[in-house]
Amino acid sequence: MQRTLTQLAPQLVTLAAVVLLVWVVFPGFLDIRLVDGRLVGPVIDILKRGAPVALLATGMTLVIATRGIDLSVGTVMAICGAVAAWAIDGGFGLGGALALAIVAGLVAGLWNGTLVAIVGIQPIVATLILMTAGRGIAQLITEGRILTFTHDGFAWLGSGTLLAVPVPAVIWVLTGIAAALLMRRTALGLLVEAVGINRRAAALAGVNATVLLIAVYMASGLCAALAGIITAADIRGADANNAGLWLELDAILAVVIGGNSLLGGRFSVAASLIGAMIIQTIDTGILLAGFPSEYNLVIKAALVLVILVLQSPRFAAEWRTWRAARAEPRPAGQVQEDAP
Amino acid sequence: MLTIRSLTKRFPGTLALDDVRFDLRAGEVHALLGENGAGKSTLIKCLTGAYRPDGGEIRLDGAKIAPRSTSEAQELGIGTVYQEVNLLPNLTVAQNLCFGREPRRAGMIRTRAMTRAAQDMLDPYGLDIDVTRDLGHYSVAIRQIVAIARAVALSGKVLILDEPTASLDAREVKMLFDVVRGLKARGLGIVFVSHFLDQVFDLSDRVTVLRNGRHIVTEDIAALDRLSLIEHMLGHALETEVADHATSHDAVIARPEMLTFRGMGRAGVVGPFDLDVGQGEVVGLAGLLGSGRTESAEYLFGLRSGGTAEDIKGPIPIDTPRKAIAAGFGFAPEDRKTDGIVAELSVRENIALALQARRGWARPMPRAEQQRLARMYIERLDIRTSDAEKAVGDLSGGNQQKVVLARWLAMNPRFLILDEPTRGIDVGAHAEILRLIHELVGEGMSLLVISSELDELIAVADRVIVVRDRAHVAELTGAEIRADTIVRAIARHDEIGEVA
Repeated sequence: MQRTLTQLAPQLVTLAAVVLLVWVVFPGFLDIRLVDGRLVGPVIDILKRGAPVALLATGMTLVIATRGIDLSVGTVMAICGAVAAWAIDGGFGLGGALALAIVAGLVAGLWNGTLVAIVGIQPIVATLILMTAGRGIAQLITEGRILTFTHDGFAWLGSGTLLAVPVPAVIWVLTGIAAALLMRRTALGLLVEAVGINRRAAALAGVNATVLLIAVYMASGLCAALAGIITAADIRGADANNAGLWLELDAILAVVIGGNSLLGGRFSVAASLIGAMIIQTIDTGILLAGFPSEYNLVIKAALVLVILVLQSPRFAAEWRTWRAARAEPRPAGQVQEDAP
Repeated sequence: MLTIRSLTKRFPGTLALDDVRFDLRAGEVHALLGENGAGKSTLIKCLTGAYRPDGGEIRLDGAKIAPRSTSEAQELGIGTVYQEVNLLPNLTVAQNLCFGREPRRAGMIRTRAMTRAAQDMLDPYGLDIDVTRDLGHYSVAIRQIVAIARAVALSGKVLILDEPTASLDAREVKMLFDVVRGLKARGLGIVFVSHFLDQVFDLSDRVTVLRNGRHIVTEDIAALDRLSLIEHMLGHALETEVADHATSHDAVIARPEMLTFRGMGRAGVVGPFDLDVGQGEVVGLAGLLGSGRTESAEYLFGLRSGGTAEDIKGPIPIDTPRKAIAAGFGFAPEDRKTDGIVAELSVRENIALALQARRGWARPMPRAEQQRLARMYIERLDIRTSDAEKAVGDLSGGNQQKVVLARWLAMNPRFLILDEPTRGIDVGAHAEILRLIHELVGEGMSLLVISSELDELIAVADRVIVVRDRAHVAELTGAEIRADTIVRAIARHDEIGEVA
């Protein structure tokens, strides 16, 4: 526990700093009240609205740990939302709709995973195919309209509460915990890292790299399906054009802000989830601070840039050298020679 | 004109170049030979500025030089052409030739002047091609010559050809060699790196052999024959080896047959060959680089499929590494950096990896057990690391190799393949690994050891199989395992017979 907290320290400090920044601009930021049996307040809002990116970031973390990337998750959200809405309208019931949407997400992941692990296409290209083609598939399902539905049970998944907490927040927290436990309480985490760092060496040691790669893309598809279900449930309809649009980029950003390397290897699901909350806090904070809306994206970009610079290894090294130089009169930063 | 004196280059855990000397005269082709890890490429990288040497000096035309980058080396007059041509296939031949120094007027490239300049550059090579077409349109041989033309135009004193013929056919090789002879006549000094001995004899005036980072010999090519050249490359000290022999190879010991391989390999890669391995037997695989020795191991471990395997109980499937591992095989590959270690994982995780992969993801090894395993092998193999949680990539080469060995020993395999187990590791670790091999065999494990060091094979092997030109050509047992017999089997070119 102690060790986990130490590892997450940079992300936690960043989150705290962003929260503090928003709080200074908007003093009511940390207020939480109980209204009609539901918790309300900006922080609760962030936990709810951050759900899609947090879910996508969970799957994306695993994919990136294998030195891959999944650009299709935003589109898969749209497909799964469309499938769920179509199934509700078609009378499949809540269980049938959820099952079909989740199967759609898994199939999308299987497709991506097969292209990457068996056909051998670079992940960025392989998932780009579904990213662009998938919107068309979603539009075919919705027949080009916004497919609306009325089903209180399904809508509850997007806008209901469980023990006063918004259901989407419950879903992403539970999914995140499940993913982290699955990775760390079994050997999956180690095997995924081994494949991400050196696929050939891992395969020579007997790791079934092909199956593992397909599995992480399927996990990413599953997370995208959950995100798609929540988004569709929240607006009580499936919008093939806009559901999950550009969210894959926020998910990748969340993973990176979480300190995970895009080159694969060591990963932390928890850190990515904190990264997702940092992004949502920035988004919500900008709105609350009352800037004209045209400034939003620029301010977000500037904050993200600052965070990434502060987290970069080079900056960290400079910072340590600088501190060491201040602590001792003689230069303590020993230059490390790079191995060839 | 180029003189290198006591050049030394150290990498963590190994001495890549140890007091190496080399000299190059104007108007000669000087072949640089040695097995993988002998120090050829390190020497070249020191010459071209990719590495900074730790000691010694390089003089060009009498002046001391210390190039810090490839472009600085080029300005000094040292140009290099690599096996993988370092040009841009999607630019035209002319653009490639003039890249970085295009004729300009007011900042704009003068295309026509560039085309003319390119044609002028290619003229001396007797190459009549359309320089306005993309380079990628032409064959590797022509790209090679374009690369040479560019290197000569840029530097013009010393030309280094690093394995230039590896992907050329016979006609293209001849074309390339004509070009090289032309350059020689113009007074350039040419360093020629190749592992094709025929080509070395064909083209070179003098030969320098490196082994284990040391200078072994520099001779006129006329003073050397094939046999002595191979002896220099693989190295052997006759006296020690005879003594060693008497102790370990007195008689051919009958061993219970354990594994039989039939029809391993595929035409064009290696073989097909048959192999029987007895329990507790060490089979050595000798041969030069590119002879098919690594490919042989790849078939045995299921990295390539072809052939069948059997033990006493019946056929065993080995067409993927996972199946081979399930059958009790292990493989410590030649290139441990790319194929062996998982650099960013800890020593503990690297040792546990194969065992964990066999248990399956759902049954994680308890951390305490991993730690126990790691501690045990760190002690048993004397792995020098500050602790078991250190990333393997931070260890020295020899210790990385021991971690890979530990990974397999933890699996308790019945048949372990070691491809160049001692390459690039220091003398101390070398001896420890040989000692370990003896120990394992004592426990009944069977080994296949691939090595380009004859002494090593002679010291450990019960039987030596010689691989040449992608076929297993000879098998030596007992008292036949001597350096001279192995070298003769490797060198035997066209003549038949002679080797017992």
